[in-house]
Amino acid sequence: MTVLNLLILVCLSYVVLLFGVAFAADRAALAGRASWLRSSVVYTLSLSIYCTAWTFYGAVGFAARSGLEFVTIYLGPTLVMIGWWWTLRRLVRVGRSQRITSIADLISSRYGKSNLLAVLVTVLAVVATTPYIALQLQSVTLSFAAFAETDPTATTLPDMQSTALWVAAGLALFTILFGTRNLDANERHHGVVMAIAMEAVVKLFALLAVGVFVVWGLSGGIGPTLERIEASALARFEVSGGRWIGLTMLSAMAFLTLPRMFQVLVVENEADEHLRTAAWAFPSYLMLMSLFVVPIAVVGLDMLPAGANPDLFVLTLPLMEGRDGLAILSFLGGFSSATSMVIVAAIALSTMVSNHVVMPLWLHYSGMAAVVSGDVRNVALMTRRLSIAGVLFLGYVYFRVSGGGTALAAIGLIAFVGVAQFLPALMGGLFWRGATRTGALAGVLLGAAIWLYSLFLPSFGASALLPQAVLDQGPWGLGWLRPQALFGAEGMDPVIHALMWSLLLNVAAFILGSLLSFPQPLERLQGAQFVNAFDQPGAPGGWSGGMAQSEDLLTMAQRIMGAREAQALFADAARRQGVAGYLPEPSPDFLQELERALAGSVGAATAHAMIGQIVGGAAVSVEDLMAVADETAQIMEYSIQLEAQSQELARTARQLRQANETLTQISVQKDAFLSQISHELRTPMTSIRAFSEILRDNQDLTPEEQSKYASIIHDETVRLTRLLDDLLDLSVLENGQVDLNIQTGTLEALLDRSVRAAGGDGDGFRIRRVRADEQVELTTDLDRLAQVFINLISNARKYCDAKPAILEIRARLAEDRLVVDFVDNGSGIPTDKHAVIFEKFSRIGQTRASGAGLGLAICREIMERLGGDIAYLPGQKGGAFRVTLPLDAGRLPARGAA
Amino acid sequence: MSPERGPLFLARRSYRRRRLADAARVLPILGAILFCLPLVWKGTAAAGGTVQAMIYVFGLWTVLILASAILSRHLRLDESERENWHSARTGADGE
Repeated sequence: MTVLNLLILVCLSYVVLLFGVAFAADRAALAGRASWLRSSVVYTLSLSIYCTAWTFYGAVGFAARSGLEFVTIYLGPTLVMIGWWWTLRRLVRVGRSQRITSIADLISSRYGKSNLLAVLVTVLAVVATTPYIALQLQSVTLSFAAFAETDPTATTLPDMQSTALWVAAGLALFTILFGTRNLDANERHHGVVMAIAMEAVVKLFALLAVGVFVVWGLSGGIGPTLERIEASALARFEVSGGRWIGLTMLSAMAFLTLPRMFQVLVVENEADEHLRTAAWAFPSYLMLMSLFVVPIAVVGLDMLPAGANPDLFVLTLPLMEGRDGLAILSFLGGFSSATSMVIVAAIALSTMVSNHVVMPLWLHYSGMAAVVSGDVRNVALMTRRLSIAGVLFLGYVYFRVSGGGTALAAIGLIAFVGVAQFLPALMGGLFWRGATRTGALAGVLLGAAIWLYSLFLPSFGASALLPQAVLDQGPWGLGWLRPQALFGAEGMDPVIHALMWSLLLNVAAFILGSLLSFPQPLERLQGAQFVNAFDQPGAPGGWSGGMAQSEDLLTMAQRIMGAREAQALFADAARRQGVAGYLPEPSPDFLQELERALAGSVGAATAHAMIGQIVGGAAVSVEDLMAVADETAQIMEYSIQLEAQSQELARTARQLRQANETLTQISVQKDAFLSQISHELRTPMTSIRAFSEILRDNQDLTPEEQSKYASIIHDETVRLTRLLDDLLDLSVLENGQVDLNIQTGTLEALLDRSVRAAGGDGDGFRIRRVRADEQVELTTDLDRLAQVFINLISNARKYCDAKPAILEIRARLAEDRLVVDFVDNGSGIPTDKHAVIFEKFSRIGQTRASGAGLGLAICREIMERLGGDIAYLPGQKGGAFRVTLPLDAGRLPARGAA
Repeated sequence: MSPERGPLFLARRSYRRRRLADAARVLPILGAILFCLPLVWKGTAAAGGTVQAMIYVFGLWTVLILASAILSRHLRLDESERENWHSARTGADGE
């Protein structure tokens, strides 16, 4: 097997491994075994996407061209990380409390949720990142070509373009598969993060292995290596002060503002704890990555032929020495660096593009109707997927068009200067309350324009996009506007020149714009929350849902999220609060949870507004307003906390009152029932006694009379027995001593039987069914289930007050459960009675119809025995009951388990 | 950064911890200045060239990493204590 074939094989297995790791991590996270996925180590390793293929290959090339200067690219991030107490701590805190999804989201959120600003940041980020992605594709194809060249058996060189296309397509597939699992951008992409952490280890190991090989294998130890450096062309320390300081600053700024770095640093961050570890662990990673760069560059310059591309020394040195294994490892290191960067960049950019550009447009053109119909979720996911494909395609196109000629490091630095334009708006937003939207817009716009004009466009080469005349004499012959010598700053390094002017003017416009404009209220509110991130305990904007109606919230949530998801969410919250049924207390916690869930479908702003409509008036809470007021806020905070506590107490009191009411009601009912049951027992008893006395005492009765009196006694006994049966039935069910008679049959047959037994339809009572939905095989105690159905149907017949009364029976399957809803069109059951209808002896209103009020209590006990549930379903047209039953008989609880 | 409404003088332990936070703030500034030091040697006769600068830069790097590790270890205690104190005072759970 030739080296090239081996390489392709290794490369493919590596890709399979990558998919496997991501898949396993996603599975582990789903199964709840993901605590190690959230560790500080994984977080630190995921930061290593800062080290792209540009770093892996390009750093050596950089060092071969300009010596130790390459190290500045790592010094900047090192300083930012060890200075985490200043900025990163605040950034991460704000990112979590405001549920930030991208750098565009953060900037727009700070400046009054301005979408214009978000779009501007998104566009600039895409423009700056596309060449960077192209650069990664280029590095993979170049390293492939390096292998092919050394392979004498390869008849044809692999086509560069097709390699790049395959790599781009594979990366798009990976990112779409693992990067768009869930809509909520704040949820961690466990698969992606784990794959990136693994790639981080691979690239560090590969670079260290090549370094060790070069120092100890080729140079004979540390001493000789240092002597070799002394003797090389790089021996003199000739860095320019401007570039040294400028590049350190530039890399520090880019570390904070690159969309992909923001994604791993802030969006995927889960705890401050991670930051504390990364504060020293990530600088260590960077130091190890750069430790062997100069030795590799020097030895490469020394041993390889003069024309060799220094960007590929990491690969060509082992290849030249015949160390194919090491070369393949080194290739994998470069491949890892390229792929992890592209994956995260694509996720970050696609979130920005879909959230800030495509979704607002789509909602605008499809109107609110789309929000209500509930297909928002799929549209959002689809946009994100398409954006990922789009971003990668753009990168590929850039690679095709640019032809891959420029030295690797050049494109990297150009992108850095581009994203650095976000920094004034970002830092100003975090530290200066006076920063306004106008200022941020002006700063970013001006900085971006200067970056485009003086660095990005000229980077395509003379006469490519800017005419040579403009480069030489300036536009319209204005010499002081020459792109690379603005305002007469001649002879500067182009990158430093562009960095200086763009940032200077960016900051100037930002400050001036902020000073001259007046912010809107929402802007001031957000500004206060961002700048005072540490002074406010708890999340901002908490709802206080005293007046909120859970039922209204459920109706709204059903429309947006779909009935099933909404009911599941509500039932879950209710269970956690210890409330039965589907309506939890509207506590602030629950409202916040609901808002977050809705935000996954319709976006945070819309969700916030919708809940605000129902809960009323809490959109800007007292707490928020206090934050705007200055120092008084500190004093008043304590009383706000007290207020929150008293609200909490009021809620608890309300719950207690409710419980007490239920108890009192039950007690009253019990008394009423006892007197009634004595009455019910007494009436038949009286007649039985009377007629049996007649039979005993009167010997001269005719046979007709005898038989008449005997049958009266018999009928009364039957009535008595039925009542006692019901009581006995209930007591047996309650004590769990019931024997289940498991049979199999279809739901349709069972319902037919129940409807017949309950008196069928007719007489102004109609039953609507969808027989197609009822073809479900059931294995359970059919008689008991029929008893429940009969009870529900005859209840509807008895109590539904509409003319004509219509009962709808709807059946459907939800996962492994059968759900049957009985919905009538009457006036339903008032909310205050929901709590008692399933209690024994309870009858709604002063009874019009006969019955001891045991029916629903028996139903509830039966459903519990069958492993299912019966509940009142609020938010429907009329009275509605939902019966839930597991389809699998094996899940029935063991007999007597109660 | 608003002033905390605490006592005017702090206990010795809290005082130490506040100074640790100050140290964490100063560290990157100190690092930035020290990383620029090789630029000063450039023209002088004592300049040892790339090798000397390399040893200096990587040595300084290691020192900064160690300092950062020590500081963030101790700041962890500081932060959690501060939050405990804060939530005890306000009765709310800090985020």
